[in-house]
Amino acid sequence: MNNHLYDRYQRQILLKEFGTEAQAKLFNAKVLVIGAGGLGCPALQYLAAAGVGTIGIVDFDLIELSNLQRQTLYNTNDIGKHKTTVSAERIKAFNPSIHIQTHTIQLNNTNAYNLIYNYDIVIDGTDNFSTKYLINDICTILQKPLIYGAILRFEGQVSVFNLPNKQNICTNYRDLFATPPLPNNVPTCNKAGVIGVLPGIIGTMQAAEAIKIITNIGEPLCNKILSYNVLNNKSYLFDILPITHNSNNFPTTKAEIENFNYDWHCGLNNTVPEIDFFEFEELRKNEEIKIIDVREEGEIPKVEAFSCINIPLSNFVNEIQNIELTNRVVVFCQHGKRSIKAAQILKAKNNHLNIVSLKGGIVAWEKQFNDSIY
Amino acid sequence: MQINVLAFGQIAEAMNGESFTFSNINTTNDLIDYLMQQYASLKTLDYKIAVNKQIIHSNMPLNNHDTVALLPPFSGG
Repeated sequence: MNNHLYDRYQRQILLKEFGTEAQAKLFNAKVLVIGAGGLGCPALQYLAAAGVGTIGIVDFDLIELSNLQRQTLYNTNDIGKHKTTVSAERIKAFNPSIHIQTHTIQLNNTNAYNLIYNYDIVIDGTDNFSTKYLINDICTILQKPLIYGAILRFEGQVSVFNLPNKQNICTNYRDLFATPPLPNNVPTCNKAGVIGVLPGIIGTMQAAEAIKIITNIGEPLCNKILSYNVLNNKSYLFDILPITHNSNNFPTTKAEIENFNYDWHCGLNNTVPEIDFFEFEELRKNEEIKIIDVREEGEIPKVEAFSCINIPLSNFVNEIQNIELTNRVVVFCQHGKRSIKAAQILKAKNNHLNIVSLKGGIVAWEKQFNDSIY
Repeated sequence: MQINVLAFGQIAEAMNGESFTFSNINTTNDLIDYLMQQYASLKTLDYKIAVNKQIIHSNMPLNNHDTVALLPPFSGG
């Protein structure tokens, strides 16, 4: 290490737990920061300052006036510019000796896997559940440490996923919240607000966890989630254990990730198209379709006019895995409500399929069918 | 028998407080039933339950002076 670099990092190299060895580890590390917002800004600042050799920045957004209250890498003149470009410029000025890669993309199920693959550690600075679950599932498949952070109003959460402890126990976000909440059940910072210093604290903690993991010092927050409250300075550490029963309702391979619709999984934009009697008749006579009855066993009327398979909604998640699906799928139930639920499950796991629900269910269909015969 | 309850985030908001003590509650399910009666808005919120800091996923018996914490998911960044 030359004198110039030694001077830059001298204060941390002095630490007996650290030294030039840890500094070299930081220089060789590749950290991906997803989201250059409230959490991402402080995380990027401290990772760059500490000398993390390669830093990736993912964000699609432009800087807005309402960001400046908490996203401290940006100033008033930056409004309208890409967060990736400006944040990269700023941290490059902090530390010209590190390598910065910007990814100005909307992270999704088709581009995230290969991107994450190229980094050692991921910092989650995202602001929505679809992306949080996407990143979590990919990092779990790759067994890559994921430093999770999330904030609301005056409280924040930090955790480290996919990092085994000394007993080789390893957990991820799905061992805590196995399935996403319904969209309206959790307020967002856009609606409920957030105090500006909170992401500063939580994002800095995320950077600290990354530095600890890379240099192998201290005890990272693996199998724990820390909850911190700005108002009373109280923090609370929860212990997380692996959930042993796997619900099979989320991707566990790269191919499954690419077929998965995280927005649907999180209950967003999930309006299932419905077809009426005439559209259904047209479809089943002219096209190759798979028709699925999602009613429970023994429900009447029984269907004899066309062939279909029966997969009760109560066991839909498990049984559907064994069924080969054609491009077009029609689901139906008694009155058309349960079939929408089934269609949502199906669509979440098979984004490419064309799935519709029979409006009014088999009861409405049968009535019109009988009317059309007589 | 006394149970301490800690609420976080939107759960604390729904319960209008962060720290509570309840008596005559024997299991986590009993506690949730009781809380939902007392605080109707809890029914539409998501949260995880921890007993003495350990996150649990099914009903558990409670002992005197156990601390139950209710942790909601956040998505802000």
